[in-house]
Amino acid sequence: MSVKKNYVMETIRKAQMVQMLAQGKRTDERALDQTRPIKIETGVIQKANGSARVTLGNTQVIAGVKIATGTPFPDTPDKGLLVVNAEILPLSSPYAEPGPPSEDAIELARVVDRGIRESEMVDLTKLCLIPGKSVVTIFVDCNIMNVDGNLFDATSYAVVSALRTAKMKKYSVKDDKVEATEDWIPVPVERTPVSVTMARIGDRLVVDPVTEEEASMDMRITITTDEDGNICASQKGEASTITPAQVLEAADTSIRVGKQIRSEILEATK
Amino acid sequence: MVEAKKKLIDDKGKRLDGRKWDELRPISLQVGLMKNADGSAYIEWGKNKIMAAVYGPKEVHPKHQVLPDRALLRCRYHMAPFSVDERKNPAPSRREIEISKVIREALEPAVIVEDYPRTAIEVWVEVLQSDGGSRCAGLTAASLALADAGINMRDMVVGCSCGIIEDTVVADLDDTEDKEGSGDMPVAIMPNLGQVTLLQVDGIYTRENFQKAFELAIEKGKQVYAMQRDALTTKFFGGEAMTTQVEEVAD
Repeated sequence: MSVKKNYVMETIRKAQMVQMLAQGKRTDERALDQTRPIKIETGVIQKANGSARVTLGNTQVIAGVKIATGTPFPDTPDKGLLVVNAEILPLSSPYAEPGPPSEDAIELARVVDRGIRESEMVDLTKLCLIPGKSVVTIFVDCNIMNVDGNLFDATSYAVVSALRTAKMKKYSVKDDKVEATEDWIPVPVERTPVSVTMARIGDRLVVDPVTEEEASMDMRITITTDEDGNICASQKGEASTITPAQVLEAADTSIRVGKQIRSEILEATK
Repeated sequence: MVEAKKKLIDDKGKRLDGRKWDELRPISLQVGLMKNADGSAYIEWGKNKIMAAVYGPKEVHPKHQVLPDRALLRCRYHMAPFSVDERKNPAPSRREIEISKVIREALEPAVIVEDYPRTAIEVWVEVLQSDGGSRCAGLTAASLALADAGINMRDMVVGCSCGIIEDTVVADLDDTEDKEGSGDMPVAIMPNLGQVTLLQVDGIYTRENFQKAFELAIEKGKQVYAMQRDALTTKFFGGEAMTTQVEEVAD
């Protein structure tokens, strides 16, 4: 519900943080628009069609891709299925609990899914086997292993990296029957969406907030961009506001910072 | 196979329902229809029919959720099973849970929650019929219901969605435009404070189109705000009062 997580010590640090930000400084000495070091390892789970472990500072996420066949949705009979899901595991943080997904976990999964889906990263029309009857289904499940802020971006990079390196069986269609061949082909990836999340603390926006910054933030905004500098998805979060000018500032930051991260993802998933 | 897509905007720039690119659907607002609620509002926006009711400030149950310094704002956006073409399962979907969260986070900046410590304020938004843009219509009604309940507020909250169909930025997408168009951007604002309280984006926008759609949503939101104000003055002052009270003060 609307309870701000009460990380007492971190909350006490807010005043200090606001003061430092006025001089352009962050508690971990990063620039306001600087992300933490990103480490991307692919192929970490052999039984998955594709996988990636992304480490963003102390935040760690593992994404696994599983590919099968299934029936399409009635309103998109000629398109494959792509579903992104995320779970904040109880082993990831002293504040996480087992049980049905929390509101925060649902938002996380849906915002990451939106970025991948809306950017048209995967060409779903190439996943159609028999229109209206059989399509390739791709599930990307993300396990949040360690929480230190900015789950949105770490999860998104893990999904993109896992999909870019995933391999699926080539299917053949004979007499209205789908059969898996012995050949492996890559997933039809067309675009590379990159999400950039910013937190507003006081009146400044900081990129890639850590837990300590998230505990003090007033507002959070995630913006996903593609390689042509288009904006494909966004979500404002937390019970506070953002000015129209800051929305446009955040959009420009996201395009600029996203470019750098995109080249890192492309390099790691060659 | 898929039928050939119909054009969402014709050669004369008219949309399927005859609107121009920046035109809103018809909107009507009524305040205080629910007898039991402390505050309520009903909105019809295009084919959307949404009732919002507010209960509170009231005692918090379960008690461990009590906030010592402010009110707990609860919000539920729910769609009736009969509100859409195919029957919707009445259990809250992941989509509804997310929308409940963003609506709550859009309303909370306007509510002076610090004035009601240790209480709960509940906002129930029930979509009786859905037609695209229901989260914006719902929170526009919810904000009115909060005002109707006499909850202290910094400003009203009003939402409007803009988006892209046939490569054109348009205001206020209806159901068909939302499903077949290429982008939807719901925005909620506090019009007098010049703050954005809800922003969600999907679709592919150039930087230029992003700004155009975003600014159009704010402009259209202000238009809906005028109707919101009318609805409140109609209930509390019989309609005329607010328009006559503005007088130039010579000094």
